Amino acid sequence: MIANYGYKDGSGEYYISIDTDKCIGCAADRACLTACPKQMFEIITDDYDDEVAWIKKPNCRTLAYDCADCKPSGGYSSLPCIAACTPGAIKHSW
Amino acid sequence: MNAEVAAAPTAPEKKEFWRWQENVWVDETKDWKTAKVVTCGIDVGSVSSQAVLVVDGELYGFNSMRTGNNSPDSAKNALQGVMDKCGMKLEDIHYVVGTGYGRVNVPFAHKAITEIACHARGANYMGGNGVRTILDMGGQDCKAIHCDEKGKVTNFLMNDKCAAGTGRGMEVISDLMQIPIAELGPRSFDVDVEPEAVSSVCVVFAKSEALGLLKAGYTKNKVIAAYCQAMAERVVSLLERIGVEEGFFITGGIAKNPGVVKRIEKLLGIKAMDTKIDSQIAGALGAALFGYTLMSKKAAA
Repeated sequence: MIANYGYKDGSGEYYISIDTDKCIGCAADRACLTACPKQMFEIITDDYDDEVAWIKKPNCRTLAYDCADCKPSGGYSSLPCIAACTPGAIKHSW
Repeated sequence: MNAEVAAAPTAPEKKEFWRWQENVWVDETKDWKTAKVVTCGIDVGSVSSQAVLVVDGELYGFNSMRTGNNSPDSAKNALQGVMDKCGMKLEDIHYVVGTGYGRVNVPFAHKAITEIACHARGANYMGGNGVRTILDMGGQDCKAIHCDEKGKVTNFLMNDKCAAGTGRGMEVISDLMQIPIAELGPRSFDVDVEPEAVSSVCVVFAKSEALGLLKAGYTKNKVIAAYCQAMAERVVSLLERIGVEEGFFITGGIAKNPGVVKRIEKLLGIKAMDTKIDSQIAGALGAALFGYTLMSKKAAA
């Protein structure tokens, strides 16, 4: 399942996509949890009883601001969450 | 005292044009007392609450009403309404699943499941196993969902940050135009030329624009058409993000508004699937079906 967390507003589209099929039985030892400086990721049991990562609810509405520090203008050449997720489950839309 | 002011008529009583029709229904051809498994799904949404009864995996009855300021009470009232209609008691229900915005506040629920999974499951029941793309236009959010032939979610996207593209936005326009909400859709087609859409990114902007258009001489129907078009454009942009596959199904209250539905179909170039079941109960129906599956698994174990 592709789970898109985020929103679209007047300034653009801000979604973090998590491919739960790659997330189940994580091969990266849940590295996303510690890689995100804002600690936006959390492990939950989804509706189909799989343990997967999701974005914490409050962050889903403020992604453009929460992720700003990790974007190239913040000094990162690659996003820490994407780099940490070696199975390649995480994507940013912007 | 100024004579003109003194003679001014008193303001008419304020009508709530946004109020949509509440609905309770029971399938009189079935007898729940002979059923092996009775399950219930309760969808406590931000605007409406539904309770659906499923007997042996088939829809039996539902109650759809407005959500009050207290989620547990809304859940109780929704369920009580349909139980009263068929003479059922809470003890007669084997499993209750809560869903929606207030799902964790359903006091008698055995399990809570997200509305995303429940809408997919409900749409699969209502539209058949050919349903692949679901658009749920809820009271205060909008969801685009892909599912497989069993109604299992394969891709979803939800926008609950703003009211654009939601039922609440339509209620605002209904009140502004002073036209009952159920008439907005049909009236939006009664225009000589299809107008440009108003703002599709914000309900507050859309309301301001609508007022400006009225002052510029637009008829009410033309303003409604412009707003329906804006809603359609908004939700289509969400749908395009996850892609649209054949087997397109719309759930939620806005599915009853042909002014929005027809414009969505035109923008997408595909027709939404028809159903005889109330589109507003999809979430609660899905929750009740989840309950039935869980009971069946428990019995088999």
